[in-house]
Amino acid sequence: MRTDPLFQPVASEVRSTRTVSLTFNDKTFSVPAGISVAAALLMSGVNRFRATPVSESPRAPYCMMGVCFECLVEIDGVPNRQSCLIDVADGMRIHSQEGARDLVYQPVNVLAVEVQS
Amino acid sequence: MNLETVDVVVIGAGAAGMSAAAELARLGLQVVLLDEQGSPGGQIYRGITLAPLSRRDMLGPDYAHGNQLAQALASSSVRYEKGAAVWQVTRDHQVSYLREGRLHTLQAKAVLLATGAMERPFPISGWTLPGVMSAGAAQILLKSAGLAPNEPVVLAGCGPLLYLLGWQYLRAGVPIKALVDTTRPEDYWRARRHLFAALRAWPYLRKGLELMRSLRSAGIAHYTGAEHLAVEGDEAATALTFTAAGKTQQVATRCVLLHQGVVPNIQFSQSLRARHEWDADQLCFSPVVDPWGELDVPGVYVAGDGAGIGGALAAAVQGQLAALGIASRLGSINTAQRDHQAEPLRAKLESNLRIRPFLDALYQPKEENRIPADDVMVCRCEEVTAGDLRGFVALGCAGPNQAKSFGRCGMGPCQGRLCGLTVTEVIAKARGVSASEVGYYRIRPPIKPITLGELAGE
Repeated sequence: MRTDPLFQPVASEVRSTRTVSLTFNDKTFSVPAGISVAAALLMSGVNRFRATPVSESPRAPYCMMGVCFECLVEIDGVPNRQSCLIDVADGMRIHSQEGARDLVYQPVNVLAVEVQS
Repeated sequence: MNLETVDVVVIGAGAAGMSAAAELARLGLQVVLLDEQGSPGGQIYRGITLAPLSRRDMLGPDYAHGNQLAQALASSSVRYEKGAAVWQVTRDHQVSYLREGRLHTLQAKAVLLATGAMERPFPISGWTLPGVMSAGAAQILLKSAGLAPNEPVVLAGCGPLLYLLGWQYLRAGVPIKALVDTTRPEDYWRARRHLFAALRAWPYLRKGLELMRSLRSAGIAHYTGAEHLAVEGDEAATALTFTAAGKTQQVATRCVLLHQGVVPNIQFSQSLRARHEWDADQLCFSPVVDPWGELDVPGVYVAGDGAGIGGALAAAVQGQLAALGIASRLGSINTAQRDHQAEPLRAKLESNLRIRPFLDALYQPKEENRIPADDVMVCRCEEVTAGDLRGFVALGCAGPNQAKSFGRCGMGPCQGRLCGLTVTEVIAKARGVSASEVGYYRIRPPIKPITLGELAGE
């Protein structure tokens, strides 16, 4: 879900010359290199990172330092990654986590049909 | 298993860890410094080696100070490993960590835990909504990525970090819609007996007063003595409501930043079964340490905020003291040399800690924001409310560990990090006993999540 970004670079911030390109739920955007995935998503208009396994209520980062685990997303096929602790990389494919994870997770290099239950 | 052996493993590259590691290296020891982040600095000096000069200037001189520690680390012989998630520390000094998807284990002669502080949970109605973050989180976005809220933000709670963030936002030209301060007149009354000590820490006190004055003169709506804080919204935050001066207020905003102090991060010291005590002034559990920071687990030390909140300057000195203690334990200096070198450090530590009792008393978090009403979410991962917990207590639940089997409280991905203190205090109040009697979660490794695949890949 993308809306108006909740965060943006402050005025004094020098525009980064190096950017990387990544996708969130199959939408592509360009972000400065060297920042965390969570920061990148927040400045790109992603205000909701996941839905909880219990009640499927919306969540987004709370602590930005690895304590709260609210920023969990799927990165390159691996679920439950703490996006506040991982730096962006070119070509990263990020997905929001909707509800509980499947017991079998799907590595990127395995065809979807092989593991779907 | 053939383990790599080293003299000392330091966990955490914040103020305490950087300072301790450099000091240990100076004392001739072979040191590995493990840190979860991609660059040194911890949270207080987050991104210090990477921040452009304009950002460093905007964040202020206290932040820039961290550069000295980072430079001392860089010019030392310390083996600094970034991006290392330590998931286990054993009582016999083995440290296991995950780095770039691979597991490593080091056998050390001594271990120093420098894992610092985390923000105290701020459980109020609506605090799980997207758009609600801790003030520390927003400050990390500012330090590490130069990001600030896109529209006028509401800062709520109390404590130095909240006001510092407000000051930094002013300098960065970020509009603040309101400062909703929970500090009440009786807090000043309670803090007054520490005023004399605080006056002896005049530079620190003056900085705080200047900070508050610049916030006031900026014309930001400033509410004091705010009570009954609640965030409104359905899918995301839309407003903060509260009562101040007898009137109910509603401030519309998409971004609410909460803060009511920091508490020691005790995951490792708890997992080691070290002795902890309830600190009645700081309202948290702290590990019991000797003057060198050693736990009741021989050869395992804690330095910095992880042993009780003292701030960044105190943490750096505690790091040096722990280094002396470790060096003496490992025989690279004798106890006379240790005590001689420690003497000026102890004086410095005392002066750095002088302001603390005043701050602890003045910004003591309110009971209603620590022990919330029934409908407020306590365990955010498993969605257990304060009312659920009180229901468990009525059924005979005596403490946090039993709350797990009553309703999965504390069993989600954060492993009880964010709800632990709240759970202890809610149960203590409901049972009418002390927090110390109720105790804390029994923390077990893995301290950080690792997959079975990563474990098997060893």
